[in-house]
Amino acid sequence: MRKSRAMNLGTGLFLLLGFAALFFLTTQTTSHGLAFRSAPSYEVTAKFGNIGDLKVGAPVSMAGVNVGRVAGISFDPRDFKAVVALRIDDKYNQIPTDSDASIYTQGLLGGQYIGLGPGGAQTFLKNHDQIVFTQSALVLENLIGQFLANFNKNSSQPAAGAAAGGKPK
Amino acid sequence: MIADLWNSMNDSLERVGDMSRFLLRILAQVPRSLARPQLIVDQVFNTGALSLVIIMLSGLFVGMVLGLQGFELLRRFGSEEALGTAAAIGLVKELGPVVTALLFAGRAGTALASEIGLMRATDQLAAMEMMAVDPVGRVVAPRFIGGVIAMPLLAAIFSLIGIYGAQLVGVQMMHVDSGSFWSQMQASVNLRDVYEGVVKSGVFGVACSLIAVYEGYHAEPTAEGVGAATTRTVVTSAVTVLFLDYLITAFFLK
Repeated sequence: MRKSRAMNLGTGLFLLLGFAALFFLTTQTTSHGLAFRSAPSYEVTAKFGNIGDLKVGAPVSMAGVNVGRVAGISFDPRDFKAVVALRIDDKYNQIPTDSDASIYTQGLLGGQYIGLGPGGAQTFLKNHDQIVFTQSALVLENLIGQFLANFNKNSSQPAAGAAAGGKPK
Repeated sequence: MIADLWNSMNDSLERVGDMSRFLLRILAQVPRSLARPQLIVDQVFNTGALSLVIIMLSGLFVGMVLGLQGFELLRRFGSEEALGTAAAIGLVKELGPVVTALLFAGRAGTALASEIGLMRATDQLAAMEMMAVDPVGRVVAPRFIGGVIAMPLLAAIFSLIGIYGAQLVGVQMMHVDSGSFWSQMQASVNLRDVYEGVVKSGVFGVACSLIAVYEGYHAEPTAEGVGAATTRTVVTSAVTVLFLDYLITAFFLK
């Protein structure tokens, strides 16, 4: 009988450990864990011309500190812009209304995140406000296109200059 | 030679069919053995709790190796912070369920097969039938259920320990930033990934337990027969697990 009790205890411990591990995997390794302890927060929106690879759940940071998360992404069919809902912690409720939001990339393989730059206004962002000043994500293809266009312009001018400078000799 | 091939194909097909029928027989006995939970608890202890040490040790080392290799690989791209993501996804979706199933087949599957095989060899099963006790309900079904319950939990523990192993190497030894290790993991691991791992380990649990009890129950009633049944358990389980792993992965692919 004693052995049976020890076995039951061991089995119970094993089950407890197993379910604790499952719970940990579902809450701590995924972003869903945040839903459990949803800190009081408020939501503001920002419109971007292009959000690139931004995903729901991406961090919103200010001076490199995580102040919130992207809560939703939708498309506004009237002005053809992406509407990004930012859920910001209530702790950070003193963000000036004229702050700007830009989309940056973390590292080479990292995802994209939103960086907020503080403005100078005396009024602060409230629930359902909109951030007006935004900067879209840098799309690598556009960047390369611009670079090539500039490169062509620049390389044709010095060539002409060199030819002009070469004449007097 | 072609005839040999044909015969062996027929044999394996026959085994698959026989195994499926055996599974149905077990499932028919499940409600009756659920009425005696003590039998199942004992088997969860035998297959699950006793496999805990080997699972945790293996998980730790697999996680540490993942940490080292992942760090080496990711450093070439300058994104060591993605180590947490790489380790977590690799462990939760793939390594956790598969390595656990292989260890499970080696640790618990062989024990089940040889135990039931020995019962067969010593006529204990025949004696039960004489007493009008169905050995499938009394011996096989509780062991099967115990294995099915234990396997997903073992896989979850394996993944958990593995992630901490990767964290140990990555954060403590290689000085990856602890914050980005966890936050990048949380940002890019979906509930769907965890779900995939749980489904996999559940299916593997059914497959490994079924193979073990089937081979034991149908073992030749000799010393060699029990040995051969144990060997077949490991070989068949390993191949089946890897094959099923491919199928489930393909099924979960978006």
